[in-house]
Amino acid sequence: MVSQSLPQVGALGSERARQKPWTERAHEWVVTVDHKKLGLMYIFYALVFLVIGGVEATLMRIQLAVPNAHFVSPEAFNELFTMHGTTMIFFVAMPILFGFANYLVPLMIGAQDMAFPRLNAFSFWMTAFGGLLLYFSFIGGSGVYGAGSAPSVGWWAYAPLTAKAFSPGHSTDYWTLALLVSGIGSIGAGVNLVATVLCMRCRGMTLGKMPLLAWLNLVMGGMVLAGISPLTAAQLMLCVDRYLGGHFFDTQAGGSAVMWMHFFWVFGHPEVYILVIPAFAFASEIIPVFSRKAIFGYPVMVAATVAIAFVSFSVWAHHMFAVGLPSYGNAFFVLTSMVVGVPTGIKIFNWLGTMWGGKIIFATPMLFCIGFLFQFLIGGLTGIMLAAAPFDWQLNDSYFIVAHFHYIIVGGILFTIFAAFYYWYPKFIGRLMDERLGKWHFWLFLIGFHLTFDFMHIPGILGMPRRIYTYEPGRGWGIWNLIVTFGVAFQVAAMLVFVVNLVRSYYKGKPAGNDPWDAWTLEWSTSSPPPEYNFAVPPVVKSRRPLWDLKHPEDPDWQYE
Amino acid sequence: MLGASGLTAANGAFGVIAVGSVPNIFTPASTPADQIYKLALFVLVITGVIFLVVGGLLAYSLVKFRRRPNDDGREPGQIYGSTQIELAWTVIPMLIVLVLFLTTARVIHGIEDAQAPEHALDVTVVGHQFWWEFRYPQYGVVTANELHVPVSDPSSPSPTYLTLLSADVAHSFWVPQLAGKTDVIPNHVNHTWIDPQQPGVYLGQCAMYCGTQHAHMLLRVYVDSRADFDRWIHEQQQPAADDPDVAAGRKIFEVTACVNCHSLRETIADGRFGPDLTHLMSRTTLGAGSMPNTPDGLQRWIENAGAIKPGCQMPAMDLSPQELAELVAYLETLR
Repeated sequence: MVSQSLPQVGALGSERARQKPWTERAHEWVVTVDHKKLGLMYIFYALVFLVIGGVEATLMRIQLAVPNAHFVSPEAFNELFTMHGTTMIFFVAMPILFGFANYLVPLMIGAQDMAFPRLNAFSFWMTAFGGLLLYFSFIGGSGVYGAGSAPSVGWWAYAPLTAKAFSPGHSTDYWTLALLVSGIGSIGAGVNLVATVLCMRCRGMTLGKMPLLAWLNLVMGGMVLAGISPLTAAQLMLCVDRYLGGHFFDTQAGGSAVMWMHFFWVFGHPEVYILVIPAFAFASEIIPVFSRKAIFGYPVMVAATVAIAFVSFSVWAHHMFAVGLPSYGNAFFVLTSMVVGVPTGIKIFNWLGTMWGGKIIFATPMLFCIGFLFQFLIGGLTGIMLAAAPFDWQLNDSYFIVAHFHYIIVGGILFTIFAAFYYWYPKFIGRLMDERLGKWHFWLFLIGFHLTFDFMHIPGILGMPRRIYTYEPGRGWGIWNLIVTFGVAFQVAAMLVFVVNLVRSYYKGKPAGNDPWDAWTLEWSTSSPPPEYNFAVPPVVKSRRPLWDLKHPEDPDWQYE
Repeated sequence: MLGASGLTAANGAFGVIAVGSVPNIFTPASTPADQIYKLALFVLVITGVIFLVVGGLLAYSLVKFRRRPNDDGREPGQIYGSTQIELAWTVIPMLIVLVLFLTTARVIHGIEDAQAPEHALDVTVVGHQFWWEFRYPQYGVVTANELHVPVSDPSSPSPTYLTLLSADVAHSFWVPQLAGKTDVIPNHVNHTWIDPQQPGVYLGQCAMYCGTQHAHMLLRVYVDSRADFDRWIHEQQQPAADDPDVAAGRKIFEVTACVNCHSLRETIADGRFGPDLTHLMSRTTLGAGSMPNTPDGLQRWIENAGAIKPGCQMPAMDLSPQELAELVAYLETLR
């Protein structure tokens, strides 16, 4: 067995960088193949789009606050929800998670960079150009049908609404091509993550000794490869339909609208797990550190993740219970959708087991993780309701389902992303984020989240469909929509506090040192921010928590693993 | 006239009808909706118990295991896992899943595989951007946006079986108190059924985003007593009124673009893009629930439907005021 070596801080970085003129520094960022710079660019890019997507959501909520509002036109509303969904999934959630993975995975496995640094840069720029292409639709021409039109087909773009007959001009093409381009970036990122985790680990780090974050991103990378491909295929078919006279989805020429749904959701459901598994990864690193205990049931956590990945590819038609599948088909997807809840539940239990008997510290990263645990629990339980197909026949396409998936994506994924910001910002920047502002951010966002998304379930139960730009008075939906919109104000305030905290801490934050949280994984062994190539001498590890072993030589982890 | 009496509130640009009935999925009035309601209660109880247990344990651990102010600074005991505990919290959820699955599968079968009795009413529903067409093949009746069905007595059920078709894009047929939604997909025939047991009006609307005016693709189901339903069918079977007093309006109807999209049985108007107008005035709303069907409303609708329902497929008819008045006078006779 190799003995453990203290990871040495690299000597390859240099302070000279700070004295270069800004043009040269900007050029360095544009041409960089460094995983940390690319990671930060992914994150910054996604934050910009988070603000844009948030503004779109706010405009929609103002329109829906009262019945018969005329704040935006029906066309504009339909563009807003299409752009909001597309932006948040493809240009916020995925890039921000790729960004954290890019930054953290090589550091946590003791590598100097990703396996394919240039592919990494290529992937980032493809993703970036995809987003820019999508937003060019607002200012770009739309053929003879009028200048400037954003897509308005919904983020599922169900056929045949996307056919030339129903969607003339180029707005739908912006959507199709933007996702095609960013999809290439996503596949590149997936390839890179898988290759990095499999091939670049430092000495001593067997698969069973990787931090869970590396494991979960390995699984996520694999899912991206399998999950994005059907979407890319469907986009190509749609292009063929629209421009080369194909009839894949052209129902008037015998094409199948249902086939688009299958293609979309066989991507779309794994996509949810592509987003949530990295969120699990953050929780799996942060909860142990702030409970001061090793993760409970590491092998089970890995197994549950792999199980989720496999099962999640066989649940897609639960988005299609109302499509009129035969009863046994529906029953099959009921079973798989409920079964996927079991490994997910196991994960929640293991986080609970990690906190049990610990000494829980309520720092901001932990607060966001606790919010995640409760909200993910509730989102999972409403998911069970939706998995019961007949119940879904009522709830699907209503505001209930909008509430449900925002519980997962905002209450689950975004909360852990915030946790990740507070936790790893000191590593990225070298300064801690402000705890007081962090707590303001947490509480404001928590209140806003619950006002908005708790009360959003109710109009769905009262028969309010999603994607309607207005509704009549007297249907019992008004008061709930008003509360929902009220909650947005809190969320906006929380986001302002967050942005102020990000900027202010960059200049005035407390210096972090290498290891501000007294944590246990390799990224905390190097300087903050880490130098180029991370470690001058590659580290050698003996357990899942190399820094625990160093801090507790009398009781190291490797005795128990 | 059915129109005005049923309308109590006309407010705003979209003066739509306050029926005082919220389409709450938890107030079912038909067997499929009722079976779903009972399944929903079962699922809610189970998920509620899970929430209380797991949420309670989470809350307890947060309080119990918080770091105290007088902490000694030592790390707590490190526990790496436990096979027995992992097994327990794997097997128990599996058993819950099994129970939920079997219960759900039974309800799916009960609703989806129900066979139509011989005397069931057949209605073909055709979704259009952005309105509903209802065809009664057994009676030769065609109407729009307002579905009339007979009440079903549980002792001798007379359910209505709906065949769902789409003329253009995907829609979804949803009347929450009567049944769950079923998508209406072009080139893909779907079925659903209802057997409402209480007379009344039930509100629903398109639940699948279908384009600009998805929001105003409302539908109402009138559940009539058997006698009322038979009378309604009889009236709908009559040919369109032909009142010589409004011959000028009829002429305008026949020589303008109206006939390209609308049908009037036994006239030259046989368009299929828009609603059948044979008994237009028997309906309470215009524009798939966008506004009450009043003479004034009708006039505004024909003048420029897009001003009331932006994005709807009916063009502004560009008629002179006199032509408009004559046309409306004619249409008002189509009871």
